[in-house]
Amino acid sequence: MQARISTDDVPALARGCAVLGTGGGGDVRAGGLAARRAILEYGEVPLVRLDELPEDALILPLSGIGAPTVSHEMIHAEDEPVRIRDEVERIFGRPPAAVMSSEIGGGNGVAPVAWAARLGLPLLDADAMGRAFPEVQMVSMYVAGVPANIVIMSDVVGNVVTIRPVDGLWSEQIARAVCVASGSSALMADYVLTARECRGAVIEGTVSRAIAIGRATEGAQDPLAALQDELGAVRLITGKLTDLDRRTTGGFVRGTVTIEGTGEDRGRTLGLEIQNENLVAVEDGRVRAMVPDLITVVDTQAATAVQTEGLRYGQRVTVLAWPCDPLWRTPKGLETAGPRAFGYDLDYLPVEKIAP
Amino acid sequence: MSERPDQRRRLRVGIDVGGTNTDAVVLDETDSVVATAKRPTSPDVTEGLRAALDAVLAELDDPSLVTRVMLGTTHATNAILERRSLGRVAVLRLGLPATTSVPPLSDWPADLRDVVAAGAAIVRGGHFVDGRPIAPLDTDAVKRFLADVGSEADAVAVAGVFSPGSADQENQVAEIIRAELGDIAISLSHEIGSLGLLERENATVLNAALYGVARDVTTALQDALDSRGLKVETFFAQNDGTLMAVDYAARYPVLTIGSGPANSLRGAAYLSGVEDAIVADVGGTSTDLGVLVGGFPRESAAAVEIGGVTTNFRMPDILSIALGGGTMVGAEPRSVGYRIGREALVFGGPTPTMTDAAVAAGRGTVGTHGVPDQWRDRLAEAVARADELVADAVDRVALGKADRPLIAVGGGALLLAGRIPGASEVIRPRHAEVANAVGAAIALASGRLETIVPTGNGNARAALIEKAKEEAAARAVAAGADPASVQIVELSEIPLSYLPEPAVRLQVKAAGPLSR
Repeated sequence: MQARISTDDVPALARGCAVLGTGGGGDVRAGGLAARRAILEYGEVPLVRLDELPEDALILPLSGIGAPTVSHEMIHAEDEPVRIRDEVERIFGRPPAAVMSSEIGGGNGVAPVAWAARLGLPLLDADAMGRAFPEVQMVSMYVAGVPANIVIMSDVVGNVVTIRPVDGLWSEQIARAVCVASGSSALMADYVLTARECRGAVIEGTVSRAIAIGRATEGAQDPLAALQDELGAVRLITGKLTDLDRRTTGGFVRGTVTIEGTGEDRGRTLGLEIQNENLVAVEDGRVRAMVPDLITVVDTQAATAVQTEGLRYGQRVTVLAWPCDPLWRTPKGLETAGPRAFGYDLDYLPVEKIAP
Repeated sequence: MSERPDQRRRLRVGIDVGGTNTDAVVLDETDSVVATAKRPTSPDVTEGLRAALDAVLAELDDPSLVTRVMLGTTHATNAILERRSLGRVAVLRLGLPATTSVPPLSDWPADLRDVVAAGAAIVRGGHFVDGRPIAPLDTDAVKRFLADVGSEADAVAVAGVFSPGSADQENQVAEIIRAELGDIAISLSHEIGSLGLLERENATVLNAALYGVARDVTTALQDALDSRGLKVETFFAQNDGTLMAVDYAARYPVLTIGSGPANSLRGAAYLSGVEDAIVADVGGTSTDLGVLVGGFPRESAAAVEIGGVTTNFRMPDILSIALGGGTMVGAEPRSVGYRIGREALVFGGPTPTMTDAAVAAGRGTVGTHGVPDQWRDRLAEAVARADELVADAVDRVALGKADRPLIAVGGGALLLAGRIPGASEVIRPRHAEVANAVGAAIALASGRLETIVPTGNGNARAALIEKAKEEAAARAVAAGADPASVQIVELSEIPLSYLPEPAVRLQVKAAGPLSR
């Protein structure tokens, strides 16, 4: 395992986070720029395993929240994590020992490198999803039963808001209202927990995994094969995007994508159901992969991830699917982020059983 | 018309400077093509421009009838790619305390940043998405920055957070710059690009760096015209296929980037009389495919990178494939390029090219020699492969609609088959080989505006949309359009999510013929 994240690792991390974003999770570019700049300014970021930290070390799970159109225009202030760190220290009597990504998939997987560098803290090699999900309560800590009793937010102008919600639902509602008041973009620490509480409640190894995924395709003869191999993924189809029904409702991009097979997949058709992320893949009325397992659309040539907003008619794409973390396959995990949590009347079946 | 006899004979010249060739055409008052010329593009661009201009003027009995010259040129693109003749720019962002995680020019290649940046700062200011100021504009900090770097800079670029929705601070900064530094060139981001701060800021800085290049090319063109005794109005083609008056182009030189593909699309529409079509422009080394919607190029949704810098300004949505008249059969995608007149079999040369393959397939007659029999089989295979490549590209750009015609233009258009899957028919208009220069000559002048409009209150919304339309029309007139015939040619509303009140991102484009 690598010990430090350097500027050389940032592009690979960004590519890997885009793959783990399963179509959503936001743009990785601004996070990558911020990460690169923060490393140059404040130094490389140590990447630590959970078992390297003392039991009572405080972990700070961070994520940016808000409207993508806004964060693309009103770039984060560099000092937003500093205010959250100071607030944690004031409340808990000691500073956090490490930063953690709340969501490795998409931009929130890359930006924590910038936040950790700014704070001079290591980054925990873990996250709370192992992928991207659209809602605040869809995190491993919730599934593991860690009470959601504190949320700390800071915004671009320097406001700090600490919420002590009674449950995850209230946490989501109040955090969203604060975010809107702050100009629809904020940095958020959802949960502050000790290394002891993290055990079994976070998904470990996901930062180094994202970097490995990004590295796998670098200079590869056959980038697609290299990516599939690294992910241990099933190739659901290789083909051409022939239909795209996509609409924005209530802040979510929903839609259906149709991919017609080409080459050895000629004659086959795969449908993909999307709500920000790619959630369900169907072929001939048979589900071949479903959330919380990961489904990513990649460019067939370059094996780079195609985000939901980037889908275009005629693209030559391959759809890959692979297993999620076992935590999501527990009853509580499926209740939180299984097919029914997204409104699909489906009993979850693991991708390795239904995809081949 | 008897009282104004010379009106009907007023002429105009369209010039397109491409990567390989510089094309020139002369059109008369009825938009008929009366002369054409094609010359190699010179390394300095300007010599090739003069040569093409001379060649096309030599075709005319009376060059003094020329009243307008429209130029589409790669000067700006080349200057950025070669880091040559670029001005030094002081970069001022309005956004503190926000935006500090990615300072200006963070994603620029170091060599380009070294050439262009005279200094950069973020000062307090900018707006939230709902129009509230992030902070009041820090005018003292603006003055301090200008005092520090003003003497080093040829131009100042200003980019404020959410300025496409709230332009007041950027305008206020422009006044301060004029007061402090006098007559220095200023680029304001709300006039250049759309939402997405880093990309808009980049485009604004590139624009500011190109003022010198714009001046040079304007002067070169003017000298060329003066030395031939021509008293004409000059216009520049921009990347959406419309024109800017020369003084407008001098302020927005970055908009000339990408005018080549836009010109060829517009020229194809004009020459064929078809406004909704796929256009394939076949050159020496590549074929560019684009789509015409209502006579204008469909624009790319993806970010456009120029010389290593990501921008978000509008560009035609072009798919390039490595297939051209000079493409070497058996050594694809290499091309003999401008040497085709010596190298190709049909010119008695030793190298089988796609032009030879097209001639062998009976798609046209070119050159001085027949195609030797021993090549026939390989050339037939090459044509079959090329047809597949074209059909695949047509399918990609067609976005599922197979009912539109394909207009074949460019010097290598004979390569294209008479029937192409995905296109209802293949149209080969007259003068197709100089469609890009024709596109420059017939273009309209346009203006564009992007802003954010709250949609909660119906009446206020309607008034704001009306105001945006008026502003876009005013910009078209500033670019040279006839005020009496400006029309709104594009209006799109994109709903925004996660906002305190419902709002849309509004894009308006106005265009009209040049004023008489």
